[in-house]
Amino acid sequence: MEVTEAVAIDHGLKKEEFSKICELLNRTPNLTELAIFSAMWNEHCSYKSSRKHLKKMHTKGKQVIQGPGENAGVIDIGDDDAIVFKIESHNHPSFIEPYQGAATGVGGIMRDVFTMGARPIANLNSIHFGSPQHKKTRNLLRGVVKGIGGYGNCIGVPTIAGQTTFDESYNGNILVNAMTLGLVNKNKIFYSKAAGLDKPVIYVGSKTGRDGIHGASMASATFDDKIEEKKPTVQVGDPFTEKLLLEACLELMADNSIIAIQDMGAAGLTSSSVEMASKGNLGIELNLSEVPCREEKMTPYEIMLSESQERMLIVLEKGKEEHAKKIFDKWNLDFAVIGKTTNSKKIQLIFDNKKVAEIPIDLLAENAPIYDRPWKKTKLPQKLKFDKDEFKSLKLPDCLKKILSNSNISDKKWIWDQYDHTVMGDTIQKPGGDAGVVRVHGTNKAVAASVDSSALYCFSHPLTGGKQIVCESYRNLISVGAKPIAITNCLNFGNPEKEKNMGEFVECVEGITEASKYLDFPVVSGNVSFYNETKDKGIKPTPTIGGVGLISDYQQMLTMDFKTEGNLVYVIGKTDGHLDQSIFARELLNEKKGPPPTVNLFNEKNIGETLLDLSRKNLIVSCHDVSLGGILTAVSKMCIKGKKGIKINSLKGLTNKYEYFFGEDQARYIVEIPRASLKKVIEILNKYSVHFDDLGIIDGNSIKYNDDINLPIEELADAHKYWLKKYMDS
Amino acid sequence: MRSSVIIFPGSNCDRDMDVALRKFGFKNQMVWHNDKSIPKSDLIVLPGGFSYGDYLRCGSIASKSKIIKSVIDFANSGGLVLGICNGFQILTETGLLKGILQQNKFLNFICRNVFVKVKDKQNKYFKDLKKDLLELHIAHNEGNYFCSDDELKSLEDNNQIAVTYCGEDGTEDETTNPNGAIKNIAGIFNNNKNVLGMMPHPERMIDKYLSGEDGSLFFKNIIDNFK
Repeated sequence: MEVTEAVAIDHGLKKEEFSKICELLNRTPNLTELAIFSAMWNEHCSYKSSRKHLKKMHTKGKQVIQGPGENAGVIDIGDDDAIVFKIESHNHPSFIEPYQGAATGVGGIMRDVFTMGARPIANLNSIHFGSPQHKKTRNLLRGVVKGIGGYGNCIGVPTIAGQTTFDESYNGNILVNAMTLGLVNKNKIFYSKAAGLDKPVIYVGSKTGRDGIHGASMASATFDDKIEEKKPTVQVGDPFTEKLLLEACLELMADNSIIAIQDMGAAGLTSSSVEMASKGNLGIELNLSEVPCREEKMTPYEIMLSESQERMLIVLEKGKEEHAKKIFDKWNLDFAVIGKTTNSKKIQLIFDNKKVAEIPIDLLAENAPIYDRPWKKTKLPQKLKFDKDEFKSLKLPDCLKKILSNSNISDKKWIWDQYDHTVMGDTIQKPGGDAGVVRVHGTNKAVAASVDSSALYCFSHPLTGGKQIVCESYRNLISVGAKPIAITNCLNFGNPEKEKNMGEFVECVEGITEASKYLDFPVVSGNVSFYNETKDKGIKPTPTIGGVGLISDYQQMLTMDFKTEGNLVYVIGKTDGHLDQSIFARELLNEKKGPPPTVNLFNEKNIGETLLDLSRKNLIVSCHDVSLGGILTAVSKMCIKGKKGIKINSLKGLTNKYEYFFGEDQARYIVEIPRASLKKVIEILNKYSVHFDDLGIIDGNSIKYNDDINLPIEELADAHKYWLKKYMDS
Repeated sequence: MRSSVIIFPGSNCDRDMDVALRKFGFKNQMVWHNDKSIPKSDLIVLPGGFSYGDYLRCGSIASKSKIIKSVIDFANSGGLVLGICNGFQILTETGLLKGILQQNKFLNFICRNVFVKVKDKQNKYFKDLKKDLLELHIAHNEGNYFCSDDELKSLEDNNQIAVTYCGEDGTEDETTNPNGAIKNIAGIFNNNKNVLGMMPHPERMIDKYLSGEDGSLFFKNIIDNFK
């Protein structure tokens, strides 16, 4: 086929990009070369719209061993232990084919982690669906959950936490973000930078098939009516092979045979080989006839673009080929020497003894286009003036039950019952808490992780929303007694070529950066997913934050369930009663306008540190952060989990009870304090100058507040626990 | 007491089982599926996971693997063989245990705590166990035990039903049956009661920070009965 501008456009390149390629090469590329450019220059691989802004992120910290730019980020958790982690999107494929899309999302992120020498110890996911009323939602949810479970359960890595939301803006573009944490000895971390000349380049894992060709380009475009036709671009996962690949790679990593290793993810062999060579400032020569293929007569074009799963590319020390091959033979995996490193600084491809492509590496990597796309600032919406007389017709128990059974608040047990969350025998906090917690095997340490996003806040005011999610992640970790260390982010946005969407991205990133800097909670890895748009309708901006923290003695871990009758319940942090953008405003007043709650970073940090002090001194016995739905929602969850009631004290002064109970002000926690500890707790709260309210006392089997509320916990639990199950069964 | 845990490609509860066995005093060793023989053992464990990807049928390919002949010989000579989850599926595929494990009734993978009733204590696993009800943990997609009427009758007649799903109060009915297993069966013995297969994972319930501690009782009891 002759390569023309039209062919280039078919490959997702822009007109200008094609002329730039011809100019840089000083000739027209052949079809294989064009394919390589299209794979490397698409949004998904090149970060061409986002790179300029990502550079500003706060990525350094005392415990950071590896920041963004590698397969995953790495943090130091002491005693030579390090945690490798990253979150990644698999949005586009999951909408087209929910089971395989979600499954291979999980497989891909796990490979990113074990590529670095780490054994995966926990998975998390953040999944977002269209309105529950939308005809596709139920099937997409079912498929995605089965896909995530199908892959993670088979590999034998526990899925310890997650987040699921519903919003009509995801009707045509669901989001599937998967996160993995792995454990590695900090002196045995593997990187993707090739080094040394004439070193063998090894292909291991599954055979290459025709699946997933153009996957990365598909993920760099918006959807239209013909989306079903893109099914062949979705990869097919085989978790069994990945399990073998994991064990084989870790076995080979036990010695010093590997120079560099990179998984074949988006854009498969193309991006893995180019990235390794580019990082090592080398050239690479590949003989594509040596690539193990699953199907007959595969062309160089197909081999280079295939996104078949469960494959790795390794640059090996010379002479170690036999030793490595033995290991992969033992695990019944393909092993082939397919090339070598060179000093040409080019990628050179040979097929059937003929040279089929030759491109200078720097054209594909550093010289890839970078765009400074125009963007529009979002003004802070005016604060709403609620008519408080209108509230009076609303009965508190009805409001509470409605909120607890809201699709975004209700219990997600139907989902996580389908994920193996206990395999590996170290899960000490299961899904459903503020964060999942796994022990660092064989030690007293435990690692906590949480995934969070707040699309409604980010949509209303991206800058505040960006800050808020980082704080929410921080609070979730603190609520389980963990010291927050670092985050990974998955930035899901609409079309960057639209000023509004680009503006949302820029300002969310700014918010994330500001908060992560202030809280000393650096970003160590992440990914960007643009073009979450169907027929001109984009998603609400949904940056997802995956936070990781450390509990140095796991016996000090906190959970949210109320423990003992007679213990006191305090709200730590000040409640102003911010109802704009709250669930209360949406669900009960049908009011969707107004600004998100203000984020005060000083308070977040100060109150967070206070809470850590309290938990380290064993002065509090349960803890939960106050987020969506406000104080009453948070307290209800603590009651339901602990199967205990609470008697709430009368509110002081002129406080409006609706604002107090349902306001979504930030930087707040609810804690349970044994009476014997109260004096010390108050001393510490005063020392940090932290505001607190004496909310009530754990008592009986119902929630009681004056004459307004007297609700048995069982009734609340029914409202909270069964919405999703009923929805899925209906 | 010496134990061996067999690792098949795709096993993923092998380490957890090793940790549990060692914790309760077993001298455990790991055995690779391609080995021809098993080191001298008093107990052989087939762990949970997805042996050979569970392709074809769960446990079916593993039941034809190289090591299995030694396992069958060991079982036939009266040695203790314990299969948990995928291990149970493998044991039914080898014919050492009767029946089959089908996909769960509601077609979903289930991971959660369950209660099981110990139905028989005249065996080396449960003899003198202090509790009649255990809280254990299940994590499976194919745990729906099924067998023919004749097989069921013979299981019942010979007291070969080991554990059944029940409620916290011991109720055995549809509401306390997580996967649709016939007669709420969670685990069975062979005729001589030296081979035990069960879906619940005792190895995930061995300290109070995990889902519970009843798994400890199970392992301690095997050791105590051996002494």
